[in-house]
Amino acid sequence: MTDEHRDMFGASGFGDTSGFGGLAVRPTDLVSSPKPYGEWFDEATDALEQALPSFGDAVERVVVHRGELTLYVKREALVDLCRLLRDDPRLRFEQLSGVSGVDYPNDPTGRRLHAVYHLLSMTRRRRLRLEVAVADADPHVPSVTEVYPTANWHERETWDFFGIVFDGHPGLTRIEMPDDWPGHPQRKDYPLGGVPVEYKGAQIPPPDTRRSYA
Amino acid sequence: MGLEEKLPEGILLTTVAKMLNVARKNSLWPAQFGLACCAIEMMAVGGPRFDIARFGMERFSATPRQADLMIVAGRVSQKMAPVLRQIYDQMPEPKWVLAMGVCASSGGMFNNYAIVQGVDHVVPVDMYLPGCPPRPEMLLDAILKLHDKIKAAPISGKTAWTTLDESPYEKPIARDTRISQGLAADAPLVFNAPLPGEGA
Amino acid sequence: MTDPNAADSATTYTSTYSSEDPYGSTSTDDAGRIFTVGGGDWDEIVNAVDPLESERIVVNMGPQHPSTHGVLRMVLELEGETVARSRVVIGYLHTGIEKNMEFRTWTQAVTFITRCDYLAPLSNELTYCLGVERLLDIEDQIPERVKVIRVLLAELQRISSHLVWLATGGMEIGAMTMMLFGFREREHILAILEMITGLRMNHAYFRPGGVAQDLPPGAVDRIREFIPYMHAKIDEYESLLTANPIWLRRLKGVGFLDTNGCMQLGVTGPLLRASGLAWDIRKEMPYSGYENYDFDVVTESAGDCFARYLVRVNEIRQSLRIIEQAVDRLKPGPIMVADKKIAWPAQLALGGDGLGNSLDHIRHIMGQSMEALIHHFKLVTEGFRVPPGQAYVPVESPRGELGAHIVSDGGTRPYRVHLRDPSFVNLQAVPALTEGGMISDVVASVASIDPVMGGVDR
Repeated sequence: MTDEHRDMFGASGFGDTSGFGGLAVRPTDLVSSPKPYGEWFDEATDALEQALPSFGDAVERVVVHRGELTLYVKREALVDLCRLLRDDPRLRFEQLSGVSGVDYPNDPTGRRLHAVYHLLSMTRRRRLRLEVAVADADPHVPSVTEVYPTANWHERETWDFFGIVFDGHPGLTRIEMPDDWPGHPQRKDYPLGGVPVEYKGAQIPPPDTRRSYA
Repeated sequence: MGLEEKLPEGILLTTVAKMLNVARKNSLWPAQFGLACCAIEMMAVGGPRFDIARFGMERFSATPRQADLMIVAGRVSQKMAPVLRQIYDQMPEPKWVLAMGVCASSGGMFNNYAIVQGVDHVVPVDMYLPGCPPRPEMLLDAILKLHDKIKAAPISGKTAWTTLDESPYEKPIARDTRISQGLAADAPLVFNAPLPGEGA
Repeated sequence: MTDPNAADSATTYTSTYSSEDPYGSTSTDDAGRIFTVGGGDWDEIVNAVDPLESERIVVNMGPQHPSTHGVLRMVLELEGETVARSRVVIGYLHTGIEKNMEFRTWTQAVTFITRCDYLAPLSNELTYCLGVERLLDIEDQIPERVKVIRVLLAELQRISSHLVWLATGGMEIGAMTMMLFGFREREHILAILEMITGLRMNHAYFRPGGVAQDLPPGAVDRIREFIPYMHAKIDEYESLLTANPIWLRRLKGVGFLDTNGCMQLGVTGPLLRASGLAWDIRKEMPYSGYENYDFDVVTESAGDCFARYLVRVNEIRQSLRIIEQAVDRLKPGPIMVADKKIAWPAQLALGGDGLGNSLDHIRHIMGQSMEALIHHFKLVTEGFRVPPGQAYVPVESPRGELGAHIVSDGGTRPYRVHLRDPSFVNLQAVPALTEGGMISDVVASVASIDPVMGGVDR
């Protein structure tokens, strides 16, 4: 999903001459974690599978990494899934902690904009992550504000910074940037936009145009 | 506002100017313009340990119309810049601006799309105070230095030597010695001239 | 530029103002005439409002207003003194911290995230460091002393944050003495934090894998001295405020929000606990060894501003309890993970230049081992790599659930960091707290949320 890293100083064609960075980092494969997932993850995904007949269709991947469960969800199923996660007595994810966006310009499926939802079950002390990917040309995700009213500002922020359109949101306007601001600043292709800085007579370029060490 | 702008500069009114400046310096009313981290340190200056009341400045004015010092305490975002300018415009003359902290002075570590790279792009600044955030003692020091500057100012009270839309890179790093040399504030800038008592 | 104040008579003043001043103009839209109140043109406003047509006026409060905790802007629709609608506008302090972090190494990024919520910088650092440590899979290797130091400082920070809340919140509703008291005690905590971290605010003291340097000699004694001092001071605050008739009238029954409302709006922290739900991440999903400490989750059931005041004051007491235990648990040991691929030199001593340096480490890299020098250079300039993945490890900040969603692509810099800030979420509750109340209660309600705009806008 992300870029490949293999060498020092961003040079290409060389190996990792110092050995410092360890092995080359390859893009992660888009595969599900194998069952059983461990901890409470099996119990929760089984409950979800039983309650949602179209589970196999709605959930593209189930990834368990570092003790955190991530469901990669198709956008059509997002709202139904959220309502189920909130209301099913076996799941009870009552609270939405937050929505954020991540931009993967090199997503192999072509859907670069990801909306990430962190759910919290206060009853069972569990956390769950939902991830929805959409393409830049069709950046529409259904809004979950009717299920979790708290998503209101989070979705506005994600629209502001990433340009993901949340359909059904009561008032999707910019929240952090001025209303007439062009572009969506936290996308990867949006420049950081600093100015060069002078230090003791030498000019230092802004951080995003400096030489990269990795 | 009003009278002093109509008065001529010159020898005739120097004593009046001195008296006026002592009065101005001793009753500076800062506008309550807290933005970010520095605002907390600004409040700490108002607190009991640092006690800005010693300098007659504890009366932080909630309305810009009753303030003559604007302490820009924190990072100024692109969204806040027009608001900042409006507040500055609402302050009566003569007025002074203290850019508190590196963010207000130069954008600081937030060299990016969101932050105005120095409040001197928006309003003229009389005193720059580095630090992230500056200690309350540093703010007091900056205020005292500003007091000195006000004391030496002409009758109009104008002391700012940065002008708007001036690029931060063309800004002279040298100090402005016009006032200490007894020149008029609008005289051509003399850079790095020795201060009295510094030797040639 | 024409100075609007310089005009002689009221009539010329008004015309100058509306025609030439770009800010103080009068315009018309669907809702009717809109005035920008810059002063002076008040008559025009009063004459233009038709009492038969509407008694509803719209008042813009902020973004520069003394009682909005920084650059919060509220648009209030008033009928008389009753708030009919209130809407919150934020973004006036948007700093681009999240984007800036993508251009720094994992260790350097701490200096950015610490400046988000500037009243609880150590909580910001803590959630970020815990997330990076989870991605590095070194959660089990964090030394015990690191965990204790983190808890110790985070709790000191919580007290200082609640003190600023008490001070500013008190000042906003007229308790000026409380402002002086709050800042007086806060200076003691800042002195301790400065002694330990080197800075009064924005410490950048926690690092992925440990902390930047060990506690200096004398710090523990100073903290021990502080505990009884602070206990006495809280009693002083309570004797000043808890039965104070003005304080009670301004806060009791004002800004009510029940558990249901909190859950729907995602509100956490003291607001949720003041509505009766004992949800504290330190207790329910412990991190950094909080499960080993004996403390109570403070709750109240009234759900109003006064209940929030009681919760915060009693939380200071609980924090002191935790600090007391943490000081006792402090055992000598390493303050950085053992993995040399991650660990920055941390056993620092103050050098002659006033900067912290690890003299043994310098002797080693400069005099003994070329490989160590190369390694040190690479670690500091290039940084360590973090395996690809994402992590979200929230902590209980003084304002509620504070979590950093961290995404790594396997490189030496964060791919994306998003901070879920409690102030941002809790501010959504402002309409629920203020609508239907009096305009003077808006100030108390917003103060009871304790929003820190640096965290809201990031």
